[in-house]
Amino acid sequence: MLNIVVCVKAVPEPNVANKLKIDPVTKSLPRQDIPLVINPLDSHALEAALQLKKKYGAHITIFSMGPPPAGNIVRECLALGADKGILLTDPAFAGADAFATAYTLAKAIEKNRAVDVVFCGMASSDGATEWVGPEIATFLNMPVVTMVREIVDDQGDEWIVKADYEHGYRMVKLKLPAVITVTRDLNRPKPLSFSGILKARNKEISEWNHEKLKIPTELVGLKGSPTKVTEMTPLESRRNVKLIEGSLQEKVERLVQILSEAGVV
Amino acid sequence: MIDFTFSEEQNLFRKAAREFAETEIAPHVPKMEETSRDWDPVITALGKAEMMAITIPEDYGGLGLGYVARLIALEEIAQVSVATAMMMQVGGLGIEGIVKFGTEEQKKKYLPKLATGESFSTTAVTEPSGGSDPKGCGTSYKKVNGSYVLNGRKCFITNSHIADVQIVMAISEDIPDTFSAFIVEKGTDGFKATHEERKVGMRGCNTGELEIKDCVVPAENLVGKEGKGLSIAMATISDVGRGGMVGCALGLHQACLDASKKFANERILYGKPISNLQAIQFKFADMKIDLEAGRLLGYRAAALQDKGERTGNEWAAAKYFTTEAAQRAAKHAVDIHGGYGCMEEFAVTRYLRDAYVLGPSAGTSDIMKVIVARWVLS
Repeated sequence: MLNIVVCVKAVPEPNVANKLKIDPVTKSLPRQDIPLVINPLDSHALEAALQLKKKYGAHITIFSMGPPPAGNIVRECLALGADKGILLTDPAFAGADAFATAYTLAKAIEKNRAVDVVFCGMASSDGATEWVGPEIATFLNMPVVTMVREIVDDQGDEWIVKADYEHGYRMVKLKLPAVITVTRDLNRPKPLSFSGILKARNKEISEWNHEKLKIPTELVGLKGSPTKVTEMTPLESRRNVKLIEGSLQEKVERLVQILSEAGVV
Repeated sequence: MIDFTFSEEQNLFRKAAREFAETEIAPHVPKMEETSRDWDPVITALGKAEMMAITIPEDYGGLGLGYVARLIALEEIAQVSVATAMMMQVGGLGIEGIVKFGTEEQKKKYLPKLATGESFSTTAVTEPSGGSDPKGCGTSYKKVNGSYVLNGRKCFITNSHIADVQIVMAISEDIPDTFSAFIVEKGTDGFKATHEERKVGMRGCNTGELEIKDCVVPAENLVGKEGKGLSIAMATISDVGRGGMVGCALGLHQACLDASKKFANERILYGKPISNLQAIQFKFADMKIDLEAGRLLGYRAAALQDKGERTGNEWAAAKYFTTEAAQRAAKHAVDIHGGYGCMEEFAVTRYLRDAYVLGPSAGTSDIMKVIVARWVLS
């Protein structure tokens, strides 16, 4: 049976993202009092794990690093079909950059049990560095393939995956255990079900802090972050109105041209 | 100390219901509005999403959840489609009769399929001669050779044409003032759904008439005891039917608020969004206060019901308040939209029409006040 880890991040709900206030000291986005949701790409990572579980049988452990309210996200992952959840929560973890986040997650994964594959979303909707997955792989001394859009062959411990590449794709053969970061093209996550929520009642969620992980506070959170955000400015979105003149046919042709140039069609 | 917060699990139920409504129900709403039919996709979706299993005990394939969970699901679905929520809640009405009053054989026969959505249900009480006055029921039954023969007509029955299992109330031809309830299956000889209503609102919610002519129903299809039909019908309508209407009303109310907020933040008059105008803000305040009050009434009644208490009075108060409030909210929403509130491409026009069908369903507002007055004076 496969032992699968899925790293899930609790991110601000997109509908209220414009209400986020940047912490002036840490230059980070505090998550307290903001509705949190599963990072969208992590949903695809979880779905990949669930499909493997259905196919071969697997034990899926969710790891999430965040404040206590992020536990709701872990519960949601259990309701979706994961077996166990571990929330890494500790004031010392706050303000972590991708390096410190990956270090903490890697230490927790190491402590838990032997793992065959670690799935992560390619990027989070708030930080979007795309570095946590590769850094986890480095700390765990595992190979990593990023931007995976298809698992072509998942039999045994040598997999073949198809990963995005600028203007194309790469076919990669990798040996487990490995870390895989996924794109939204990989699958379509299944929705929550009432029966899944009921089954989650009996599933375990543990909370681990830095003491449980036996790591000093200097190596985690803001203190353990070698990179520091010095400035963060929200992007103001304004409506850019462009009136297209001409006959109906001309307007349609011009609109198609604009959308094509923008890469929409 | 009273805890007014939802549990983590209840929040997940809400999220699941909302995601279901947005992905599986919303795409079908325009066609349902246009044709006043085309309910098949949403009925199928309700079954697949376990929405009909909520109050069915686990022993019979259900989820064994209670009425708070049911109210949460209805509220979320009604935000997207009151028509769908209405069919769901009346389906639950049929289920309730079997769960609460059915024999073990009836439960084993009907509930598993109702839980999966393989079959659908309703309760048929209203007739041209009696809705608010259920004793005005003219549909009769007579015991013949160990079976029952029913004759009559029902009107304004939600799910009339789609229900596979209907609980029909009838008055005895032989014993005065004796009402009984029977399970009648679709396709039974002499039992036919006839006229389909085209309503001003809740379009796409199947409503119609039933013609019952020399319909032979086996004795084992009697629900509860003979003579208990009126109390069975009233119990299910009071507790589950009205509870369902509260869910429909709360969802519609929230939809009115959301649509109005979006419009008011985007509509620029006098150089600013109209949400800056006090006249508009006062409408929002009215809508919000009504919604919060309605939620408290509804969820309190549901929580009491989950504890096993009788809740006919509480649901009557909640049904009265939330349906009247939803109608006010729909009017506010249309007013906030100004001229756009008259244009069908704006959802608030649908909300206004849907709101008016909330009123008489499961008992008019006047009947609710009769019940509440009786509660006070008892």
